Amino acid sequence: MGERYFQEKEPLQFKKRVYLATILAAILFFVLIVRLWHLQIMKGSYYGLQSRHNKTRTVKSQAPRGIIYDRNGIKLVINRPGFDLYIIPEDVTDWPGTKSMLNKLTGLTEQTINERLKRASGRPPFRAVKLKEDLSWEETVKIESFNFEMNGVMLDVTPKREYIYGRALSHLIGYLGELNIEELKKLKSSGYDAGDYLGKYGLEKSIEEYLRGTDGFKDLEVDALGRKINVLGWTPPFPGHEVTLTIDIKTQLAAWQAMGANAGAIVALEPKTGRVLAMLSSPSFDPNKISAGITHKDWNSLIRDPLHPMTNRVIQGQYPPASTFKPIVAASGLTEKVIQTNTLIDSGPVFRFAGRGYRDWKEAGHGIINYKRAIIESSDTFFYQLGLLLGVDTLAKHSKSFGLGSATGINLGGEKPGLVPSSAWKKRVKKERWYQGETISIAVGQGFMLATPIQMASAFAAIANGGTVYRPSFVEKITDSNGEVLKSFTPEIKGRVDIPAHILKLIRNAMRGVVTDKAGTARTLRDKTLKIAGKTGTAQVAHMVERERDLEKIKYKLRDHAWFVGFAPYDDPKIVVAVLVEHGGFGARAAAPIAKKVIKAYLTNREGLQKAPSPPPSAASPSGHRADLFPGDRP
Amino acid sequence: MRFTGIDKRLLTHIDFAVLGLTITLAIIGLISIYSATYSNNPATYTRAQYWFIISLVLLTGAVVVNYHFLERYAYIIYGGSIVLLLLVFAIGKSSGGAQRWLDLGFLSLQPSETAKIALIIMLARHFSLKNLAGRGLDIKDLIVPGLIFIAPFFLIMKQPDLGTSIILLSIFCSMTLVVGIRLRTIIAIGVALSAIMPFAWMSLKDYQKARLTSFLNPGRDPFGSGYHLLQSKIAIGSGGFLGKGYTGGTQGKLMFLPEHHTDFIFSILAEEWGFIGASIVIFIFFALILKGLGAAASSKDRFGFLLAFGISAMLFWHVVINIAMVTGLLPVVGVPLPFISYGGSFLAVIMTSMGLIINIRMRRFIF
Repeated sequence: MGERYFQEKEPLQFKKRVYLATILAAILFFVLIVRLWHLQIMKGSYYGLQSRHNKTRTVKSQAPRGIIYDRNGIKLVINRPGFDLYIIPEDVTDWPGTKSMLNKLTGLTEQTINERLKRASGRPPFRAVKLKEDLSWEETVKIESFNFEMNGVMLDVTPKREYIYGRALSHLIGYLGELNIEELKKLKSSGYDAGDYLGKYGLEKSIEEYLRGTDGFKDLEVDALGRKINVLGWTPPFPGHEVTLTIDIKTQLAAWQAMGANAGAIVALEPKTGRVLAMLSSPSFDPNKISAGITHKDWNSLIRDPLHPMTNRVIQGQYPPASTFKPIVAASGLTEKVIQTNTLIDSGPVFRFAGRGYRDWKEAGHGIINYKRAIIESSDTFFYQLGLLLGVDTLAKHSKSFGLGSATGINLGGEKPGLVPSSAWKKRVKKERWYQGETISIAVGQGFMLATPIQMASAFAAIANGGTVYRPSFVEKITDSNGEVLKSFTPEIKGRVDIPAHILKLIRNAMRGVVTDKAGTARTLRDKTLKIAGKTGTAQVAHMVERERDLEKIKYKLRDHAWFVGFAPYDDPKIVVAVLVEHGGFGARAAAPIAKKVIKAYLTNREGLQKAPSPPPSAASPSGHRADLFPGDRP
Repeated sequence: MRFTGIDKRLLTHIDFAVLGLTITLAIIGLISIYSATYSNNPATYTRAQYWFIISLVLLTGAVVVNYHFLERYAYIIYGGSIVLLLLVFAIGKSSGGAQRWLDLGFLSLQPSETAKIALIIMLARHFSLKNLAGRGLDIKDLIVPGLIFIAPFFLIMKQPDLGTSIILLSIFCSMTLVVGIRLRTIIAIGVALSAIMPFAWMSLKDYQKARLTSFLNPGRDPFGSGYHLLQSKIAIGSGGFLGKGYTGGTQGKLMFLPEHHTDFIFSILAEEWGFIGASIVIFIFFALILKGLGAAASSKDRFGFLLAFGISAMLFWHVVINIAMVTGLLPVVGVPLPFISYGGSFLAVIMTSMGLIINIRMRRFIF
């Protein structure tokens, strides 16, 4: 021992250095304590919150939307279980293999997968990313059987909307779509989240608040791998309310079949209440396809289609009402007493006014006739003169009382108001005074005059029901899942026509004559049981085109629109129908037979109909749509 | 010189404070490992108990063996540890991209841990024989100690194990500084280091670079390297003042915090015992380091002084780097917390080292 004693000065030096080391240790340990103070005391509650967020995850259980029934309780829209494909990127072990496998099994391209993943960037780790919505049964089975080869790929089942009658009801019912960014901002406070679906069109949109249920929540305790450890809380979803429509699916399908390949609109109302019995716009779209997440390409081809399948022509198509306006003109004339029931007017082939000749559609003219014959034979020259006797402003006043020129107020988005011109309107809009010659056009529902099919149906409903203009409505009742009725239909009166009831009766009789008289323009509809009354119309699209017997010789876009508006039975009206066939030519030939089919479907076997009619394959099948109905295949 | 110095006279000089603090920390370690692993990895706690027993035996051995034998056998201890490090490359077990373990069948040994104490013993021997005649170390005085340091440093860097390499560097610097070094030597080394810095950076593995850069900019990669750090801060911060209670922590149990029973165990401890518990643990460490430094200062010979100081430095840097790392003050470099982090080899080494401190204190009166 003792061979290496400290040199003299060293113990002191070493002690000094140990002393310095102690001070350094004290300082650094103090820093650690300060840091702990900062994290645990100063920011303790912040990190406490983070810790709670870390370990709990709220999983939404999507509430099924309300089921939609027709007036007889036949299901129109249901929810079926659908499988969505998800991926948890953190769990994927073999990206190239997984991607090529997904491509083989579901047709998802690598590009689409990458795009989806990119869109989900910034999500918390281990949160699943939706790759494909609503897999087909075949795809689901394939994914299930190859699941063990693809780590991180999973399926989840959610209720999916199924539109049983597909295209046949598309414009009225509408479709769903994923919330876009603006909607998300606006609706965040009402409980919507990114990725939620909401009604985008039709009644899915307009009565969204009833159809949408309340989503449920599961609070899960999860580990860092997102694995479920515990269910902390569970709020079950509350399904949306069940909605019974006033629609009669049998009538609707009859309308769909009758319209066939034509472009146009059909609307049927219950004249004494305003209930909508059928509403069809053609061409239509496939709501099943759109709600399931339509591709960009398909969507663009839909909205760029020159025939505008996305337009609901019943409420958005504005057409000159043409001769279907004549009963209103006649009623106004009788009310204003500018004519009497027995006033005879010379209604030849041409009416001359201010140096111009205004021709009648019938080359031979109609002779000297009263209002009734003028309606039956749809004399133009009679109404030219009656129009002049009334004057445009008086005519406008009466027309507006029928609800023309303003939206009917049906609870569907985008309704157009039509147009009832007057001298004040022209001064305001066109900055020009009214010319008498223009009144002549208005008197036969041409010129500036515009009306939507639902306005015409509503106006004729007023004629049929004795003068009440109802707000058309399609909701019969709304019940919650306990069967409690939350809302039921009550007729909503919008106004009354300023035409005395006895005059309306005269007009109804004249319209019955249109069908029953051997010179009536709709005499082809004569039928002992249906007792239809109505009025045809042929709306000119182009002034220059001669009315040709042979429709095929006129270019499609220049052909006249065909109208028929009528009701039945004429002595106790149960249904009023407006039919418009775009570029269909003569109303009597193109529109009237369609109206008859619709009326027949509604009035026959009314009592016996309780069984669900099977949807026509063309209407129901989402993929197999009728090729003949679609663009490119026009006559 | 007797191989063992166990007689009644010596036993009366055993520093029970050091022993008590050491055992206390080791028990806190066992308790923490249990809390961190009982739900997803209960076998770890069993192994930790075995290592605890082994370490107690080694500690006792380190107390009874006359520490001057270490001086005599320093070459063998050092050489043996280098051989073990070389063996790691030949037959070592890989885990998580690093080859660090020797499989002993029953347990696995981590030679980088034994290299720490071997380096301290070797440097203590080298410097204790060096007659500096009152001046500080010169560049040429650093050549041999430098080589002694570089060999294990390089081998451990290659495994790779950045954390242990940094500890070796800290030990080397601490011991060199306490021996005394000339200012101009420090300046020369500083200049040389800044010249080779870029090359050193290039030699780092990508994950090591990522950890260093994510520390500098944690927002850049919240779910990558910075994710661990964030989760660690959440664990510590959410503990608050009193903590969530023993086994009440969620961060580790739910696996948000990786390596929660090894390098990040302090986060679990702070989460469950709060500011109070974490501060107490830090104070125990501080007391133990003070005791170690006291042992050095009271040592009657240079080897004893340097050994005790080296051990205290090792303990100190481990604690400071580990806690600074899990609280986000330093990058995540993989330095365990002595006594508490799970890791049998290091527990054995640190307990043995504490035995040596007791040994040195015990023999301070014998000359």
